[in-house]
Amino acid sequence: MANMFAFAESRGGALRRVAFEAVSAARALADASGSGEVHALLAGAPGIASLAPELGKYGADVVIVVEHAGLANANSEALAATAAERIRSGGYRAAIFSASAQGRDLAPRVAAKLGQSMAADVTSFGLAGDALVVTHPAYAGKVIATLRLTGSPAIVTLRPGARAAVEAPRAARVESAQPAADPGASKVVVKEMIAGGGAKLDIGDAPVIVSGGRGLKSADNFKLVEDLAAAFGNAAVGATRAVTDDGWRPHSDQIGQTGRQVSPDLYVACGISGAIQHIAGMRNSRTIVAINKDKEAPIFKVADYGIVGDVIEVLPVLTAAVKEARAKG
Amino acid sequence: MKIAVCIKRVPDMETRFKIAASGTAVDAAGLKYDMSDFDGYAVETALQLNEKQGPGETVVISLGPDVVQEQLRKALSMGADRAVQLKADRVPADGLAIARALAAELQGGGYDLILFGRQAVDSANATVGPMTAELLGLPCATAVSTLEIANGRATARRDLEGAAEIVEFPLPAVVSVDEGMPRARYPSLKGIMAAKKKPLEVKPAQLGDEHITIEKLELPPERAAGRIVGEGAAAVPELVRLLHTEAKVL
Ligand SMILES: Cc1cc2nc3c(=O)[nH]c(=O)nc-3n(C[C@H](O)[C@H](O)[C@H](O)COP(=O)(O)OP(=O)(O)OC[C@H]3O[C@@H](n4cnc5c(N)ncnc54)[C@H](O)[C@@H]3O)c2cc1C
Ligand SMILES: Cc1cc2nc3c(=O)[nH]c(=O)nc-3n(C[C@H](O)[C@H](O)[C@H](O)COP(=O)(O)OP(=O)(O)OC[C@H]3O[C@@H](n4cnc5c(N)ncnc54)[C@H](O)[C@@H]3O)c2cc1C
Repeated sequence: MANMFAFAESRGGALRRVAFEAVSAARALADASGSGEVHALLAGAPGIASLAPELGKYGADVVIVVEHAGLANANSEALAATAAERIRSGGYRAAIFSASAQGRDLAPRVAAKLGQSMAADVTSFGLAGDALVVTHPAYAGKVIATLRLTGSPAIVTLRPGARAAVEAPRAARVESAQPAADPGASKVVVKEMIAGGGAKLDIGDAPVIVSGGRGLKSADNFKLVEDLAAAFGNAAVGATRAVTDDGWRPHSDQIGQTGRQVSPDLYVACGISGAIQHIAGMRNSRTIVAINKDKEAPIFKVADYGIVGDVIEVLPVLTAAVKEARAKG
Repeated sequence: MKIAVCIKRVPDMETRFKIAASGTAVDAAGLKYDMSDFDGYAVETALQLNEKQGPGETVVISLGPDVVQEQLRKALSMGADRAVQLKADRVPADGLAIARALAAELQGGGYDLILFGRQAVDSANATVGPMTAELLGLPCATAVSTLEIANGRATARRDLEGAAEIVEFPLPAVVSVDEGMPRARYPSLKGIMAAKKKPLEVKPAQLGDEHITIEKLELPPERAAGRIVGEGAAAVPELVRLLHTEAKVL
């Protein structure tokens, strides 16, 4: 029997999906080890405590709530100190963070504070005696590594979306705590938060991604990609590096080796050649559709379904057909 | 400014990797190597900062066996002033062990800025930079897509999923660079000649304990062969039918 720690990531006063994934992963480890408890750390501005029951739904037995005005924006130094302090005193067997931008920033600092090694960006995990055995995609997703991490607590970051959160409801006990370092004393200060366009889905969360490449010919033609994404209703827009380099889309939309790695249910590649560096970011999508005028384009080698044709001509027709199919239900 | 850049030697990701007979490494036969993409951006960032801001020094550091001298020489040919190899007979799989060795070298070096790549493109852990910062007790900003420095303070943008933040912090500091930062320049012939005379110091890496071992490496399952549904807009109805009935994503 062993207790597990999970970091419950929030932004702007709301929990992120990855928070539930981390809690749910910790739940699975606690259950596998016998009847251990899951303790989730929830930190934010005053009022964040109201989110604690949501974590109970995914299996948190205890929610450690740290409320402080200085935690309204991510405050890596104060959060890392607080998480490390709690992990040190709590005697946990494992500590789970998400491999999100915030989790990847936080977990290595916590690991270094505790003098513990960590496994990053894992897609699966299991306890095996005194080790935690994890899988981690390496070499641009072309190799899957199985790694053995010894030492307790085992610190890991879990790849977003790799393991869906499973409900395991319970009434979580709430414990209030103070930040272990004064958030006001942090040297790195968030001066400005730039919101990502309201309710717009992030490419890491979207079940469907419609991506455009240089075959779109101009920034204006990305309207056709956005229209198709809107027709799906649950889609985000992605891009190749050729397109982000030309400034047609922001760098944060780039998918690939030096961009984001995504694994949606459906990936629609529009006017994308399928360079190896692009495929590195989307090859784990469940279903891949490619539209390209060149039937020899390498993207067709990874696509489940291909249309050989001009994106400018095909996209509006596809958008209309998707709208119609969705209307029928 | 005195800037240190930590660079890692990685195989070319365009390779069709094979697993070595040991099952715990990729087959090294025929691999080509370069510095990790983001580390190239980091070297470029350092060079541009020092070119813009006047007299400074750019020091490149790599941990690994003697072959890493190739990447150190490349950084010198791009314009870095000197290089340090932290010699180890192999690169450990444990990022904390690497961070300890780097921190031991960087400690007391008087650096204003220490740059890392967001992540090594091969093992892709993104841990070594923030771990090193923590060990050195320095402020740290990870995965920045812009970086501005004035009057001993830095301002940087960090892209978060679906949002971004602008952070500000004092130097000395540790920064890891992401897409958005300048791409590595190509070394000029003059640069390559000059690099041969620049200092490259070799020191033993102080690695310490390791707690991660590679149990096995595997190739992911190949995707089943797909099919061309048809040509042009006429193929759309059939595609939509397949997405609905076969792939069940619509
Ligand atoms: C170190 C490094 C890292 C990189 N990282 C990334 C990364 O993270 N992500 C990434 O995407 N790239 C990355 N790249 C770049 C990558 O190698 C390719 O250059 C890039 O992906 C190409 O983008 P593209 O497919 O949009 O453009 P192109 O390769 O120019 O392809 C355009 C495609 O559109 C088709 N086309 C043209 N007109 C039409 C039309 N009217 N209708 C239909 N099809 C049409 C063409 O047949 C062609 O296949 C990286 C490169 C390097 C060297
Ligand atoms: C799955 C897997 C496979 C591996 N296969 C090999 C292999 O075949 N051969 C081998 O030698 N090692 C191998 N390693 C070890 C691996 O190279 C180390 O884990 C790595 O150096 C540090 O990894 P990282 O991904 O944490 O780096 P990251 O934390 O992703 O790197 C971030 C940044 O830290 C800096 N940095 C990282 N490593 C170094 C370094 N050595 N010197 C200077 N700066 C550095 C760079 O600025 C880099 O951009 C493997 C590791 C794993 C997990």
